[in-house]
Amino acid sequence: MLLIPCPWCGPRDEAEFRYGGQAHVAYPEDPAALSDEEWARYLFFRDNPKGRFAERWNHTAGCRRWFNVVRDTATNEWVSA
Amino acid sequence: MAERLSPLARFEPVSTDDLRIAEIPFLTQVNLRVDPKSRAAADIGLALGAPLPTEPNTYASADSDVFWLGPDEWLIVGAGARADLEPRLRAAATGAVEAGRVHVGITDVSAQRTALVVGGPKARDLLAHGCALDLHPRTFGPGRCAQTMLARAQVLLAAREGGEFRVFVRSSFAGYLAAWLLDAAVEYLP
Ligand SMILES: [Zn+2]
Repeated sequence: MLLIPCPWCGPRDEAEFRYGGQAHVAYPEDPAALSDEEWARYLFFRDNPKGRFAERWNHTAGCRRWFNVVRDTATNEWVSA
Repeated sequence: MAERLSPLARFEPVSTDDLRIAEIPFLTQVNLRVDPKSRAAADIGLALGAPLPTEPNTYASADSDVFWLGPDEWLIVGAGARADLEPRLRAAATGAVEAGRVHVGITDVSAQRTALVVGGPKARDLLAHGCALDLHPRTFGPGRCAQTMLARAQVLLAAREGGEFRVFVRSSFAGYLAAWLLDAAVEYLP
């Protein structure tokens, strides 16, 4: 089981968290101006790197805050919180 | 008038030399959301007799117990059925709210959770059966609290003086958790 570093509560069990996917995906400034393909790209397309990945987590069973963290997807090492 | 039943009204308390488990029903509980740096937070702290704790996973005890739930969220638990707790907090926040653009959320959540006391020399060992946190007094001594999982149920756990714990659990999970505690306690009971 992963030990995930909540910036408020410190390291806690993976079971206390919900994964929020890739971080820093900005909401389109003018969604109505997007083509269907561009909108689909915003909704569904995410990076899938082997290595460092900035992602969002929510400490659902604890303080219930969202936070960003960089995880190495190959080693599950937490690079920064 | 309808009789009021607590979520664990049918739970038989445990009381041995090693272990005490009992419900503390009908505590008044108020959820508070406020910017900790605001005047409203300071005024509420004054009304409660202690500043809102800002260190994560700690609580302050004065007039009531004030548990840190998040950077701008606390659970205030009054002793017994204190119907005046929510109005008092509202009154304390009114000045700051009327003076400026501060938003304060004060919500009575007394029915949301019930509380269990788990005490005695085996209390820590018993909770450790279902809790991933290190409950050793060195890291989880009196004044510390945590929202975490106990036997896969979400709880607010608080360490008190004398090796005693308070376990706040959602009313709908209380029966399950009490049954789990009894089952896990088998080896500590005569
Ligand atoms: Zn947390």
